[in-house]
Amino acid sequence: MILHPAVLSLMTMSLLAGIMVLLAGAVGVRILFSWNIKSGSELQLSLERQTYLVSTILAYTFVFQILSLFLYIYTADNLHGLFVGAMCAAGTLNVNEYGYPVLLLKIVNFLLAGTWLIVNYADTRGYDYPLIRAKYALLLLIAPLVLFEAYEQYRYFSGLHADIITSCCGALFSQDTRNISGDIAALPARPMAIAFFAAMTATLVSGHLFYWKGRGGWLFSAVSLVAFLVGVASLISFISLYIYELPTHHCPFCCLQEEYGYIGYALYATLLGGAVTGLGTGVLMPWRNRGSMKQVIPQLQRTLTLVTVILYLLFTLIVLYRIKFSALTLGW
Amino acid sequence: MNRTIERHKNILEFSLSSLLRRKTKNASLLAIYTLIVFAIASLLFFLSAMKREALLILKDAPDMVVQRMEAGRQDLVPLSYAKEIAALRGVREVKPRLWGYYYDSPSGGNLTVMTAEMPAGFIKIGSGVSRLRRATAADVIVLQSYDNEVPLMLEIEEVLPYESELAAADLVIMSELDFRKLFKFPQGHATDLALTVANPRELSTLAGKIVDKFPDARPILKSEMLRTYDSIFDWRGGMMLVMMIAAVLSFIIFAWDRATGLSAEERKEIGILKSIGWETSDVLLLKFWEGAVISLSAFFFGVIAAYVHVYFFSAPLFQPVLKGWSVLYPQFKLVPAVDTYQLGVLFFLTVAPYTFATIIPCWRAATIDPDAAMRS
Amino acid sequence: MNMISLTNISKSFHVGKASQFVAVNDVSLDIEPGKVTILKGPSGSGKTTLMTLIGCMARPTSGRIVLSGMRAAWMASEEPAGVEITSLPERFLNDIRRRTFGFVFQQFNLLKGISVLENVMLPAYPTGEDHREFAKRAGVLLEQFSIARHASSPVEWLSGGELQRVAIARALINDPSVIIADEPTAHLDTALSREFMTIVGTLKKAGKTILIASHDPIVFDSPLADRVVEMRDGVITSSGPKP
Ligand SMILES: Nc1ncnc2c1ncn2[C@@H]1O[C@H](COP(=O)(O)OP(=O)(O)OP(=O)(O)O)[C@@H](O)[C@H]1O
Ligand SMILES: [Mg+2]
Repeated sequence: MILHPAVLSLMTMSLLAGIMVLLAGAVGVRILFSWNIKSGSELQLSLERQTYLVSTILAYTFVFQILSLFLYIYTADNLHGLFVGAMCAAGTLNVNEYGYPVLLLKIVNFLLAGTWLIVNYADTRGYDYPLIRAKYALLLLIAPLVLFEAYEQYRYFSGLHADIITSCCGALFSQDTRNISGDIAALPARPMAIAFFAAMTATLVSGHLFYWKGRGGWLFSAVSLVAFLVGVASLISFISLYIYELPTHHCPFCCLQEEYGYIGYALYATLLGGAVTGLGTGVLMPWRNRGSMKQVIPQLQRTLTLVTVILYLLFTLIVLYRIKFSALTLGW
Repeated sequence: MNRTIERHKNILEFSLSSLLRRKTKNASLLAIYTLIVFAIASLLFFLSAMKREALLILKDAPDMVVQRMEAGRQDLVPLSYAKEIAALRGVREVKPRLWGYYYDSPSGGNLTVMTAEMPAGFIKIGSGVSRLRRATAADVIVLQSYDNEVPLMLEIEEVLPYESELAAADLVIMSELDFRKLFKFPQGHATDLALTVANPRELSTLAGKIVDKFPDARPILKSEMLRTYDSIFDWRGGMMLVMMIAAVLSFIIFAWDRATGLSAEERKEIGILKSIGWETSDVLLLKFWEGAVISLSAFFFGVIAAYVHVYFFSAPLFQPVLKGWSVLYPQFKLVPAVDTYQLGVLFFLTVAPYTFATIIPCWRAATIDPDAAMRS
Repeated sequence: MNMISLTNISKSFHVGKASQFVAVNDVSLDIEPGKVTILKGPSGSGKTTLMTLIGCMARPTSGRIVLSGMRAAWMASEEPAGVEITSLPERFLNDIRRRTFGFVFQQFNLLKGISVLENVMLPAYPTGEDHREFAKRAGVLLEQFSIARHASSPVEWLSGGELQRVAIARALINDPSVIIADEPTAHLDTALSREFMTIVGTLKKAGKTILIASHDPIVFDSPLADRVVEMRDGVITSSGPKP
């Protein structure tokens, strides 16, 4: 284990967040079993009070997740000097088999916590709290994942020993590597670019339809999720080439560094933000026309859709900007 | 939208006035919080400044150093090795180096002695040596040589510049002749060999070839040196940090205690707020703003104080602990090396635990029954 | 105008424990809009508890309370006006409470260390209204109760009668339609109690519904009282003639 300040802080904070979310999960279980909004019993009143605790915890966890995601990548990047073969975060994460799963878990937990907050927002605006059970069921999915993340992260950091030989972005995200990251990197630039712009256009169109006509909410949400995945794949497959201005450098992390003007933060922030709001739109669909939610959800979904479309558009604009002003030209 | 902003504005304003109303309590919290941020920030800044210094030295280090091992311990290298290694493909230059440590019994300091092209009888010394021996340029320094003959009398040609790096402070540079005299160093041998290569990418292949040829040789790559330096600093700093974490934990307990042990007065106030129409989430927001104001001010003041401590005063509070390896400790000014990453780590180490520690106490306070105010 | 109807309202504390206690027991009552209703009864008879239930501060253990003619922001337009507040979560109860009820407490419950003006504005902070708007209203109220010259002094400096008027001004800041006052004259001498009743008179004239719990004859024998409801041991013993 490496006693780096960031490593220690990431581990303590994940532990704290894990404990808090576990607490929230315990409240969730009690609510799933005993919630009865019609009752004025003391149990019900105390459960209602505890819902405030849960929303507070989740709100902080959400913020914590996004910060810890970037801190994690940044720390991996910072530690690369300790490992033979590591030139950036990609290599450090590859030092043992936990590095990438932790990254994935952090992203998933961020998306889930964000979705939960959206559902919570809608729910607390209906006087009968109609989403309460769904909301706490979702919480019971999040709690173990956050704990699991803390555990995996512990295993990752405790398995880090200086002098381990690893392979870095040059090898990992190279077209010749036969693994998932290599496969993504090997995706041919041209069809991938077409898929990317198609996905973004599809989001725009379905978002437009849903925003103005109120139709195709499911479609929009699904399309935005696909666009998120295509966006990430494109980042590795061809956008990175334009950022680094090298025909073979596919690393998804190097762009977070200063030498590329921190462009990675803008790219990931817009993409992740859009994914949360897009996902939230879909999750709210089943309650769209139910009772007290008629007043709340359609309006909320419109806002979410607008935010998704704007964030994805921003993402696309940044990409186009990079392509336009990149010294690299791919032959297509 | 407008209403949300107005609500935040109104409640933030009220939380500021609440904080001011309980001056003594909040001032003591702020003071302790700032102290914690100050301590951890000083440590982080200090470590990164030291690392930067170390890297600067290593930047000029040779691509590879070849040592010879004798029964697992480092021994002198025969110059014949140098010739043969120089003949290998890809090696641009091999320089035998002479250096060692000299224990200076009058002062109790350990000096690093190196050689350079210079006239015999003259030396250059680091600022630490100069301080220790109270000698400057043109003074004469006496060193006890190993063969118990007459001591060496060496005239100081130059004191190495003040702001030069960490390792220079205990440095003595002399001619090869004086060096061999001082240590009774055998002819035809060197301490180690410094290699420059044509293509740094082939360093490891080259290292393999050298070991093939001389099984008792130990090649050390520059990248390995960097790594060792890095991990030593992280380790030393890490140990300090573990202590700091203990401090943070006790601080969390303190914060928890402060937040839980709401005074009767505060409890009553929250009860009143709730009875006149404030809702649980409004009180939570109030508490959030109070916490944010305290945290951010503590962070701000702590970081500034640490910056001054480390970069203007060279971290006087840490020197004995962290650099304890020599009495010759340099008195140079550290060059500021602060980036957003460090600030992020710092934020994670201080503000985030505080925030998490206060969630439950704040929630407890916020869920006081609104009708409690009607019965007091 | 809002009529408040209570049907079979009960409130118990510590249910299922040895200390279980029924503070309000099966109370049914209609409170007329625009009138002054007095709750009267010995100590411990459940007046305060009943007022917290009506004022949306607490939820009854059983029974229904309906505010008829009331329209909440979150109600669908096709729903008939009128809100059943008994099964609403705190968030919504509070929303109604803020806009419908103003409270005057026995110990005034003003915050020490902040100014009179701030105390009066306090209930408006979380509503998200523009600060200037409610500051203007607070100024008018202070003027109306002739305490404007104390606006910036901390409440500790004020006399009992002035404190009472600050508390009333605070209850009115969000322009509620119902004023609930719990033993408002308990800490006042006869002259100040009469002055309080004069203020009640002006509020009544302004069309407010007023509910006062008191065992002070100055209050319940006042000609302003439209109806006196008597309680004992959590039940209504006499609900007085309907006005
Ligand atoms: N939170 C509570 N827990 C337990 N018992 C309570 C609680 N609140 C009120 N009670 C009990 O309910 C009964 C009614 O109290 P309440 O304050 O309503 O009476 P009241 O008529 O207002 O009396 P007073 O004239 O003294 O103000 C009392 O016996 C009181 O002890
Ligand atoms: Mg009472």
